[in-house]
Amino acid sequence: MSTYVVGREKVREYAHAIGETAPVCHDVEAARAAGFADVVAPPMFACVYSWAALTPVVLDPETGVDFSRLVHGGQEFTWHEPVVAGDEITTTAALKEKTEKAGLGYFTFTTRSVNQRGELVCEGEWLNIVR
Amino acid sequence: MAEHREVTVTPDRFVTYRYAGASGDFNPIHLDDEFAQSVGLPSKILHGLWTMAQVARVQSDDPLALKSLSVQFRGLGVPEKDITIALKPGEDGVVACEAVQDGNKLVRRGKAVLRI
Repeated sequence: MSTYVVGREKVREYAHAIGETAPVCHDVEAARAAGFADVVAPPMFACVYSWAALTPVVLDPETGVDFSRLVHGGQEFTWHEPVVAGDEITTTAALKEKTEKAGLGYFTFTTRSVNQRGELVCEGEWLNIVR
Repeated sequence: MAEHREVTVTPDRFVTYRYAGASGDFNPIHLDDEFAQSVGLPSKILHGLWTMAQVARVQSDDPLALKSLSVQFRGLGVPEKDITIALKPGEDGVVACEAVQDGNKLVRRGKAVLRI
């Protein structure tokens, strides 16, 4: 489990990197006018706040992943409450399933992220393939 | 039901550096052509999650319209070549999506669900 504090400039930097131009992601006034406390994280910012919690699970020797041979096979996110700058997002990560097929290892991890009020903000499912 | 549509996104030469900084994923396969070639890749490759973020972003002008998105990653994307994202809206806010670069499917079996 790990907690990520969402910074205003980090939200802007992420939005810029993916080409998201929606004013609520950049401009505090626009975000407030739309009813948010601060700039709104683009949905895919979920990979930023959940990654810190996921890393130790992926790298756990019990999981048995050779990180240098890891390929991202698939990804699923379901979003709930919006995430805005200033939020503290706590993510719990787990190994859901581990299978082997044709010499490849398939690892499915899950993440569940809640905000400082305990409200669910995002659930993630990460499929990683080890070559 | 909305029409099928296609959106073209062109990753510029430096997009992987910006995405590395923004996301914290500094894997050299995304940043260094020589390193990427040393592990059998054609050149530095795009972050899969950046490509997924393009599929997410083009769904709507409202970033919070997206309820869920699932994708499978296939081909490896590279900077400076157009990516075509195809969106096929179905029932109940479900949109089937795909991202293709140079005939190479980067994202397949994408399924977005929008709040309607």
